[in-house]
This record gives sequence, structure tokens and C-alpha cells, in this order.
Amino acid sequence: MNKYENDLTHIRQMMERSSTFISLSGLSGVGAGLVALVGCALTFYILAQHQIDYFDGKPNYYSYQVIIQLGIVAISTLLLAIGSGIYFTVKKSKKLGHPLWSAATKNTVKSAGIPLVTGGLFCIIITWHHLFYLVAPCMLIFYGLALVSASKYTQSDIYWLGLCQLVLGVLAAVFVGYGLVFWGIGFGILHIVYGIMMYHKYK
Amino acid sequence: MVKDIDISNINKDFESRVRLGIMSILMVNEWVNFNDMKQMLELSDGNLASHTMALENKHYLEVRKAFVGKKPETSYRATSEGKITFQKHIEALAALIGKG
Repeated sequence: MNKYENDLTHIRQMMERSSTFISLSGLSGVGAGLVALVGCALTFYILAQHQIDYFDGKPNYYSYQVIIQLGIVAISTLLLAIGSGIYFTVKKSKKLGHPLWSAATKNTVKSAGIPLVTGGLFCIIITWHHLFYLVAPCMLIFYGLALVSASKYTQSDIYWLGLCQLVLGVLAAVFVGYGLVFWGIGFGILHIVYGIMMYHKYK
Repeated sequence: MVKDIDISNINKDFESRVRLGIMSILMVNEWVNFNDMKQMLELSDGNLASHTMALENKHYLEVRKAFVGKKPETSYRATSEGKITFQKHIEALAALIGKG
């Protein structure tokens, strides 16, 4: 009987291993979350330096200098977050001895990539239309959709992270003017909480 | 008590660990290329090739050879016959354990 049991376990393992991208590291979430919080803090710092009160409820007109500084913060945040995400995941994949660029990885990247790229373009377009107050809700909503869509091919827990981002995104769209706060909670705090949970669960 | 049908579905073709692994991977993926398969199963080239050939001869999987850039790439996919046979094998294993 033992051989049959071993065979079944082996079958189950190989099916799971080959179809899900399990190398996604919890530390990737923590890293990305910390980067996001630093990005948020820098944004408030830049605004404060130019005597802009983000929460005064009035539409603010930013000078070119402020926009360029904020743009640099935004792009560095994005690159550093992606970089830390990739770094910890490559490290974990090497430790586990799994192929990094497998069919499961490709499926994960593809299913997350379609909503992410669409969302990214959409956010650039609404910025171009000067609808700045909608950028944070849109980022949260498209990111949430990307996570829900990718959850089929990777740790299913990502589904719940995605739902939380969606709820935050919708709330951020209702409470216009607090976009940056919702953004910080979603991309910063939720990532860190999720990352720590995953790190302990899959250690 | 074990039903006769369950034992008859235990398939000798899947007795080896390697073949079990190959079929498991192909049950949940479409086309899988030689290198990915090799890495996932931690096998040598020759070992994998001989087992896939055996499964191909039984018509459990089909082989596609294509060029990716200038490199030839071999990929495998389970045939519907292979999927049905392997599914029966899994069910037979589960039934045996359940009664064991």
C-alpha cells in the first residue's frame, strides 16, 4: 500500500509544482511595501517643502518643479519596488531549486501583466487629462484586478490581497482627496502585512 | 474489499517514478518543453528522453519539434488517450489507498 500512497503524493506534488508559481517570496511583499511607504513619506515631504497642504480639500496647482520632483519619486518607487520583488523571488527560487522562468511563472506574469499594463496606461491617460485625484484609486483597482487574475497560477492567498486592494481602490474613489493615504495603506501597509504572513506560512 | 475495476486500472506503464512525474506535469500544463521538464523532474537528458519516447510509443503523449530562434526545441503534450488513462490510474491508486 505504501508505494501507492507515495505515488499519489508524488503526482500531487508534481502537478502543483509544475502549474503554480510557488517561489513568490513573502519578503518581496515586505520590500515593496517598505519602498511604497518611503515613497509616500517623500511625497508628503516634497509637498510640505513647497507649503502645499495635501488635505486642505482644495484643488492644488503644482509648479513644474514640484511635478518633476514627484515624478522622480514615483518612478524610483516603482523601479525599486519591482526590483526588490524580483530580487527576493529569484533568491527563493534558487534556494528551492525550482526553475524560475517556468510555464507557471509565464502564466502568472501574463495574467497579472494584462490588467497592470492596461492600468498603467490608463493612469497615464487620466494624468494627461489632469484628473489627478483618480490616479490613486485607479492604481489600487487595476492592481487588485491583476492580483485576483494572477491568483490562479500562484499562491492562492494573493486572491485575498487583491480583494483588499479593490475595496481600498473603491473607497479611495469615493473619498477623493485622500488618495495618497489609501495608496499608502494598499501598496505599503497591506504589502508588508501580507509579506510577513506569507513568509511565516511558506518558510 | 477492492473492486476489480480499480486494480485493472493500475497501469504498469506508469510504474516508474519518472513517467509518473512526466504525466502529472502534462495533466496540468499544455505544451511543456524539454528543459522545463528536465528541471522540474531533476533528470538527465538521456533519462528523460528514453521515458518520453516510451510514453510516446504508447500514444500517451505527443511531441512537437520547433525552432525557437536558431535553437531546436522539443515540447510535449498529453494526448486525450494519455489523460484518460492516467486519470484512471490516479483513481485506482486513490481507491486502493481508501480501502487499504
